[in-house]
Amino acid sequence: MKRIDGRKPDEMREMSAKAGIIPRADGSGYFQIGNTIAYAAVYGPRNLYPRFLQDPQKGILRVNYNMMPFSSKGERVRPGGNRRSKELGLVIEKSLLPVVNLYEFPNAVVDVFVELPQTDAGTRCAGICAAAIALADAGIPMRDLVAAVSAGKAGDTVILDLNYEEDSAEEGADIPVAMTGRSKEITLLQMDGRMTAEDLRKAVQLCRKGISQIIAVQQKALQEKYAP
Amino acid sequence: MGTLLVSEKTVVVPGQELATGMDYLPGFGAYRDGEHIVASQLGLLSVEGRAIKIIPLSGKYIPKNDDTVIAQVVDITLHGWRLEINSAYSAMLTLKDATSDFIARDADLTAYFNFGDWIVAGVANVTTQKLIDLTMKGPGLRKLGEGMIVRVGPSKIPRIIGKGGSMVSMIKEYTGCRIIVGQNGVLWIQGSPEGEMLAAKTIKEIEQHAHRSGLTERIKEFLGQFPKPEAVPLPPEEERPHRERRPFDPNRRPMRRSGGFR
Repeated sequence: MKRIDGRKPDEMREMSAKAGIIPRADGSGYFQIGNTIAYAAVYGPRNLYPRFLQDPQKGILRVNYNMMPFSSKGERVRPGGNRRSKELGLVIEKSLLPVVNLYEFPNAVVDVFVELPQTDAGTRCAGICAAAIALADAGIPMRDLVAAVSAGKAGDTVILDLNYEEDSAEEGADIPVAMTGRSKEITLLQMDGRMTAEDLRKAVQLCRKGISQIIAVQQKALQEKYAP
Repeated sequence: MGTLLVSEKTVVVPGQELATGMDYLPGFGAYRDGEHIVASQLGLLSVEGRAIKIIPLSGKYIPKNDDTVIAQVVDITLHGWRLEINSAYSAMLTLKDATSDFIARDADLTAYFNFGDWIVAGVANVTTQKLIDLTMKGPGLRKLGEGMIVRVGPSKIPRIIGKGGSMVSMIKEYTGCRIIVGQNGVLWIQGSPEGEMLAAKTIKEIEQHAHRSGLTERIKEFLGQFPKPEAVPLPPEEERPHRERRPFDPNRRPMRRSGGFR
């Protein structure tokens, strides 16, 4: 079976990644998968105000997700936050939290800004991949890298890395999965749509394979920044 | 028997397995997970005997005891000065650690260090909550006069200093500048305008190539491209905080004793 864009069911879109591309940030990452592009900039650890947000035991991770006005396929995205962007910021934050060691920065904050200049489904996954690169580039202590990709269904087949057409199809499902690079622990699992338990297992297995490939791309991006 | 999975001096990434076996021990930037030693920081791999550690290539300044830092006064309180040290946390310089002069209860502290003043100070103590105490007691710790402030990534400071200070002394020698390097990534340069500009440019060059080997040679070449700036006499180094001393008066009122009712 071939997909709309000619891919095999378990084939991901073309990927590329870069580290340290935003000079004024403490760390930054770029991740592109197909027509979805995500930039992430990390600032901090830095002072956190208002003070009631401070945690004297550990630092705080704060993720801001933003789709640029011209980024979407259809209408212009109204600038500024909305319900969706707030949720996705939170989702990205929760999927990164298990790997970062914030106990070294009590009362401080690490800010991550995820910006999407071009989108074609899978933005939260691309955002997670870019943010993981940016955090590592910023020298934040991390147990592992994190990568994410989505799986779904087209007809009876379980497919990996949905594009916009596959994602918005009437039938089928969309399952974003984030995993740590080495131990393959799941840090994010969401589902939109319907799927049998059997297919879900298959989808997670597909994502697991895809994530291994993404981790390799992320590692290469980080190492290339310091290539001689 | 343990094996090293990555060769020394290569760039490693968080989550990368560095070695297997119980023979190796995890140092800074690494942790043990069962049989493996795994990186928890982006940096260069360094093996010292059995210990595996990572030399970070990026990251903000994390204060450590006995570091020398260049700090700027941002607030003056009843007990001393609050200073910005280019980290997530600000530091405190108490009156006691600032000077051995007697300071009257109602003295004007700006006479010692005013808002915006730059000083070289030592880190006296860092608590788990990252409350930082600075001290001015130590050789070379002082208020800084006219000069130029340059900021670099704190992880690049060892390369700027060089082995035994070789790199920084080369720049000092060539540019005729006085340079003080703070562990927090702040540098102070004093010299002729041309000298200061060249020194700043050279430091930025080092920062850009900090992860490469053969850096001293490269910088020597870099400096050679520019004419040696003319040496100018520098102002005296010691800029001690001073207070006006009253001339001795043999008939003055005896000093009040402390304690009890007044």
